[in-house]
Amino acid sequence: MAKKSTETLVGVFVLLGIIALAFLALKAANLASFSAAKTYTVRARFDNIGGLKKNAPVRSAGVSVGQVTSITLDKNTYQGLVIMKINESVQFPVDSSAKILTAGLLGDQYVGIEPGADDKNLANNDLIKQTQSAVVLENLIGQLIFNKAADAGSGSTPAPAPGPSLAPAPAASAVVSGSKK
Amino acid sequence: MIALVNSLGQATIRAFTALGHAAYFFLDLLRYTPSSLRRFGLVVDQIHAIGYRSLTIILASGFAVGCVLALQMYYALVPFGAAESLGLVVNLSLVRELGPVVTALLFAGRAGTALTAEIGLMKAGEQLSAMELMAVDPRSRVLAPRFLAGIVSMPILAVLYSAIGILGAWLIAVQLIGVDPANFWSIMQSKVDVTRDIGNGIVKSFVFGVICTGVALYQGYETQATPEGVAYATTRTVVFSSLAVLAMDFILTAMMFSTS
Repeated sequence: MAKKSTETLVGVFVLLGIIALAFLALKAANLASFSAAKTYTVRARFDNIGGLKKNAPVRSAGVSVGQVTSITLDKNTYQGLVIMKINESVQFPVDSSAKILTAGLLGDQYVGIEPGADDKNLANNDLIKQTQSAVVLENLIGQLIFNKAADAGSGSTPAPAPGPSLAPAPAASAVVSGSKK
Repeated sequence: MIALVNSLGQATIRAFTALGHAAYFFLDLLRYTPSSLRRFGLVVDQIHAIGYRSLTIILASGFAVGCVLALQMYYALVPFGAAESLGLVVNLSLVRELGPVVTALLFAGRAGTALTAEIGLMKAGEQLSAMELMAVDPRSRVLAPRFLAGIVSMPILAVLYSAIGILGAWLIAVQLIGVDPANFWSIMQSKVDVTRDIGNGIVKSFVFGVICTGVALYQGYETQATPEGVAYATTRTVVFSSLAVLAMDFILTAMMFSTS
């Protein structure tokens, strides 16, 4: 009987180990994403992908709905071609737009999808046409310095930032000038 | 002056003799280990003594470390608005480093000392010599099953340590502090790789299992057959296994995670 209970306890021990390994692999690592829910693929071209990496999350309204599967350079347009898979339970209209956003001030970059208004939904392998590139900090700083120089030269109010990719410039300039004082 | 040089030479020769002795012992151990598979009952008994009985300290320590790590990392990450990466930080530090290393240190203290004392006393009581007289090789009857049991137990304990640590971190971060649970898990899942992180952690703990059990058995087998000798051997087991584990961990980390 003593022998039997020893064997049982060792069995419990090994079983616990297997459960812990399964927990680590499925709940705390990326193994589940191989077998998880069905997905469909969409593509998007960006002028600049910034620091976006493979496996970065795809989010809509902040909720994770998919993952970036590959990033390549489109040889014809010289744009970054981002391929991502999105859970099949989430459908987006054809005229949705994709942006590369940053989580927090210094966080990782992810793709944000903003749904459009069209009746038709994106199908497998469709291209998202409206995209907005990643905000490159160096460009913002360059823009800021340029604006300051223009200010000093003309004394007039700074020209509004051209192009959609520079939209956050006022906020960034506020931060930078705030830290200067 | 001559005496100084003489003692230096003596110390060097003694150190290398001990090293060669340990290496031969280790090779013998490896040679006898497969034969212990034929007497698997002995191995099961030893897994019970070495592995199962270490569960309490491993689980308690893992849970505590997970909780504390979550608390401290929360204070460090909140200023950057990255509190949701908490799960990732705790997971990676547990799975890659703390799980294997702390488990090995605790294992050396909990199971290694027991092995050394047990075998040392067997030797002091001349049980090992008695076995030899009965034409039973004590290395295959006593040492090999313990060695195999240690190698099997260590990765299981390390995996349990990491798992319970992550659960502890989840308890503190999600239940107590209120970090968003979906992000807690999803950031972890998107960044932790099964083969690179978890697989390498298991490889590490396997190597540590070989080191800790091997050192404990060597110290027990080579002990002076006196009470002081056993006490001294037990102390050396802890010191040597801990130092070897820490040094080996640095080498393994440099090899495994140099390009990522």
